[in-house]
Amino acid sequence: MKSIIAEELVKTYDKGKVRALDSLNLDVEEGTVLGVLGPNGAGKTTTVRILSTLLRPDSGRATVAGIDVIKNPEKVREVIGLSGQYAAVDEILTGYDNLVMFGELYHLGKKNAVARANELLERFSLTEAAKRPIKTYSGGMRRRLDLAASLIVKPKILFLDEPTTGLDPRGRQEMWGVIQELVKGGVTLLLTTQYLEEADQLADEIAVIDTGKVIARGTSDALKKQVGGERLEVVVDASNIPKTVEIVSTVSGNKASLDEGIRMISAPVSTGSQALFEVLKALDSAGIHPLDVGLKRPSLDDVFLSLTGHAAEVKEEAK
Amino acid sequence: MSAFRDTLIITQRQLRLLTRVPEVLIFSTIQPVMFVLLFRYVFGGSINTGQPGGYVQLLMPGIFVQTVAFTLAGTASGLAEDMKKGLIDRFRSLPISQSALVIGRTLGDSLLNIVVLTVMGIAGYVVGWRPSGGLGNVALGFLFLLFFGYALSWVGALVGLSASDARVVQNVSFIVTFPLTFLSNAFAPTTGMPRALQYFAEWNPVSTMVAACRELFGLKNQFGATAGSFPSEHPLTTSLVYMVVIMAIFIPLSLRKYRNASN
Repeated sequence: MKSIIAEELVKTYDKGKVRALDSLNLDVEEGTVLGVLGPNGAGKTTTVRILSTLLRPDSGRATVAGIDVIKNPEKVREVIGLSGQYAAVDEILTGYDNLVMFGELYHLGKKNAVARANELLERFSLTEAAKRPIKTYSGGMRRRLDLAASLIVKPKILFLDEPTTGLDPRGRQEMWGVIQELVKGGVTLLLTTQYLEEADQLADEIAVIDTGKVIARGTSDALKKQVGGERLEVVVDASNIPKTVEIVSTVSGNKASLDEGIRMISAPVSTGSQALFEVLKALDSAGIHPLDVGLKRPSLDDVFLSLTGHAAEVKEEAK
Repeated sequence: MSAFRDTLIITQRQLRLLTRVPEVLIFSTIQPVMFVLLFRYVFGGSINTGQPGGYVQLLMPGIFVQTVAFTLAGTASGLAEDMKKGLIDRFRSLPISQSALVIGRTLGDSLLNIVVLTVMGIAGYVVGWRPSGGLGNVALGFLFLLFFGYALSWVGALVGLSASDARVVQNVSFIVTFPLTFLSNAFAPTTGMPRALQYFAEWNPVSTMVAACRELFGLKNQFGATAGSFPSEHPLTTSLVYMVVIMAIFIPLSLRKYRNASN
């Protein structure tokens, strides 16, 4: 069964001049995670806002848990959780106060709201900070609290709009851990992100969107195959370039390309760390000491380049 | 009724914000108290009122009205801030009454006015303000003030929800409320103004409110320039009509703006 269905969604701004969504179609199978991947301005946030009843599309249909988001927004609000790009919590209030307030707004009653707040604070490792105002929290703690606020009534369907944008690597790792836990609990999740790695970590399926349309859809593996997988990159002294080009080409099975300015030789590889090991061995026996060597995983830019033929254009995110 | 309960929870949030940042409460009372002292001692000596008790008797209703008029700015900047931080989105995605947030905010701002008016009343008493209209009328006067603040709070709600930038809101609200409070009978007689301004000042809701409070506090309102006109003869009725009209226009507009926020 499909938990989320969007059909031919169109949303324009500035009297039709800006087409934020251009007949967007997507669906999410119950209990799975769909990663919506795209650059700023591609229409990710607009999609989430329409599906979570905050915004009405100009045309098209959408259902969440079988409920029409345009005709019955108040019913949809009862089954969804939403956590946006900004941590939407009261800065001045404490983490505990925020969660109790949202619990009461969900009509849990004071006693249950308190119990649920404590449970969520514990689960998201925020118990120690519970009685401190949010303004003293780190970026990662704020996002975790915001996520906790969206989980108060144990929604079956969750929308996370760029949950790790702006977080440092550690905050991102923690957030991923929390989201993975949630997914194990069986929630249906639609997650937007600008990072291929994040979609790779968290999503069962990825929909790539550009200029308001889904331009590719599939599992992370399938997308990567389309993109061409990893690239091996080696930087050496100028005198060793010809020999290194030869070695990298042999290991890769493809002709290596050379960037003379930075003396970097690179080629696509399909065997990952195995290829890295082979290149190092070959370089060593040829007496070449590389200045830098590594595997570069495909980025969002690589995905876009191979899918659209142009780099990910960053536009002003339409609100 | 759940809409009512949602509104109460939001009002509670407003009050909790006040207890967490006592500075807000302190500064929103210091400013009017400062005005009481400045006007009382700077102008009080040179304005001959011809009333027993002197300038402070006329001044206090003026300052009360000016202070509740600034509720507009408070509600506007509070809501604009909530919009900016994404809190409005969060509230709108909850299965709660879609008007609770705005109603709760306007009620909370009015409760703050109770505290502020009390502090100002005490400060006024200390510098010689003695209302003589009788307890019932004085209480009615304060009720009028709260009601006026509440009506203007809804104007602020529309301003705050329509604003593209929270920083602009404060400035816009002051540009609207400042001339309104000074182009009135609040601090000086309107008789000194150019004729056209006198008409404006006389029909200005701030003037009718000030005149109404003066009447309830036991004063003859001597600042009405063109004697015999409807607002100067019936300040209470005129003020009441203004408040009802303001709310009839701005409550539906604000609620609609909230439901369509970001559309």
